[in-house]
Amino acid sequence: MEILNEAFLWLNDPLNWTGRNGVIALTRDHIVVSVLAVLLAAVVALPTGLWLGHRRRGATAGVVVANTTRALPTLALLTLLAASGLFGNTATVLACAVFAVPPLLTNTVTGLGEVDADVRDAARGVGMSGTRSLWAVEVPLAVPLIAAGIRTASVQVLATVPLAALVGGRSLGTIVVTGFGTQDYGQVLAGGILVAGLCLVSEGLLAIAQHVLTPRGLRALARDTSDTPSRRTRRSKITSPALAEPATTGSNGSGSSA
Amino acid sequence: MRLAQAPPNPWFSWEYVERNSQDIARALEQHASLTFQAVVIAFVLALPLGALAHLRPRLAGPVLGVAGVLYTVPSLALFAILAPYTGIGRTTVLIGLVSYALLVLTRNVLVGLQGVDPAVRDAARGMGYGRARLLFSVELPQALPSIVAGLRLATVTTVALVTVGVVVGYGGLGQLMFRGFRSNYHAEIMTATVLCLVLALVCDLVLAGVGRRLTPWARAERPV
Repeated sequence: MEILNEAFLWLNDPLNWTGRNGVIALTRDHIVVSVLAVLLAAVVALPTGLWLGHRRRGATAGVVVANTTRALPTLALLTLLAASGLFGNTATVLACAVFAVPPLLTNTVTGLGEVDADVRDAARGVGMSGTRSLWAVEVPLAVPLIAAGIRTASVQVLATVPLAALVGGRSLGTIVVTGFGTQDYGQVLAGGILVAGLCLVSEGLLAIAQHVLTPRGLRALARDTSDTPSRRTRRSKITSPALAEPATTGSNGSGSSA
Repeated sequence: MRLAQAPPNPWFSWEYVERNSQDIARALEQHASLTFQAVVIAFVLALPLGALAHLRPRLAGPVLGVAGVLYTVPSLALFAILAPYTGIGRTTVLIGLVSYALLVLTRNVLVGLQGVDPAVRDAARGMGYGRARLLFSVELPQALPSIVAGLRLATVTTVALVTVGVVVGYGGLGQLMFRGFRSNYHAEIMTATVLCLVLALVCDLVLAGVGRRLTPWARAERPV
């Protein structure tokens, strides 16, 4: 418990909170880098996802992309970018954006793909053009899943950014890495608690934001996708693309043996 | 001051690989053994945990909830929280890896067991199967595709995650990456990255093959 005490002492020292390398400045950097990375990824992934989903294509491409990036260690990409001359936070933003693309892309494609074919037919039947049907019918119906994708991507990026401290990026991870460097384990523990806390709090806040953003009529659907474990068998590929593969294979497996 | 001629610093260098083959082999061995141990331990723990959550549906919610919250904790933070207690070295990395793999696996075991066709379960019960026999000889084999998918996912993510172990000095190929970064040696970083990807691919293919072997019925039904 001695180390826990040290960690609390570290957290209680006002000098650790203010200044250029204080907790407040580092938290701000952490959030700024994460937001930039998610924005960058969204600029690439959302239009692509909308286009692929509208044309009912690209579901497999998304899965392939997601699986490849999963095998590529974040640290590898960070060191590669940093070593090729992009030091500090530019490398971090780029690397994190790469890892934020798959959840955004797969969720947008799946979201549009799950729109009932009858609804699309009806939209065409009342004379909507392809673009109009996309914006007025398909996108609103896909909002819960797209929002879930943004949430997953954001939390993932917030969790990845600390690693960049190893290659010189500034974030809350800096506290942990410096702590390891100086063998100050109280500081390491304090940094770990701060990073974990930031991720858990933002996960909670984003969940609330997602709930608020979802149109009321679709909340029942959104609840299906996130709450009841029994429904997860069908829906888990949507709420957490990180676990997309097992869920799809699982349902395929049971489906084919039925 | 500018150097008259910067020494070449290629991204790919066979010479590096030849000269440091022992070093690379050691890192690769560490990486592979950490991955293997972590996945095996996590699997041994996840199977009963998933089955328990399946047999007692009231536990399913909490089990998945706790798993989800733990999954949100970043790896660096987890290592940072563990390191002061378990020390610098292999144990810390292993505990971290096992806990992440455990979450993926438990979830997949549970999802697989819950995805069993109710008609199949009914038929087995109608033939007089008890709860335990139903679980072992009907539900578990039916859940195999999902379990194998979970194993593949857990293995691939674990291979990538081992590199983060570099913060406690036990990161397998991550060790090479980090050293290469420190000394600005491009070939070292690239070699370690490529080896990581190859290792993940090989593990994935092996597990996919095992999965196909274990579920011959899935193959037979595919053309239908």
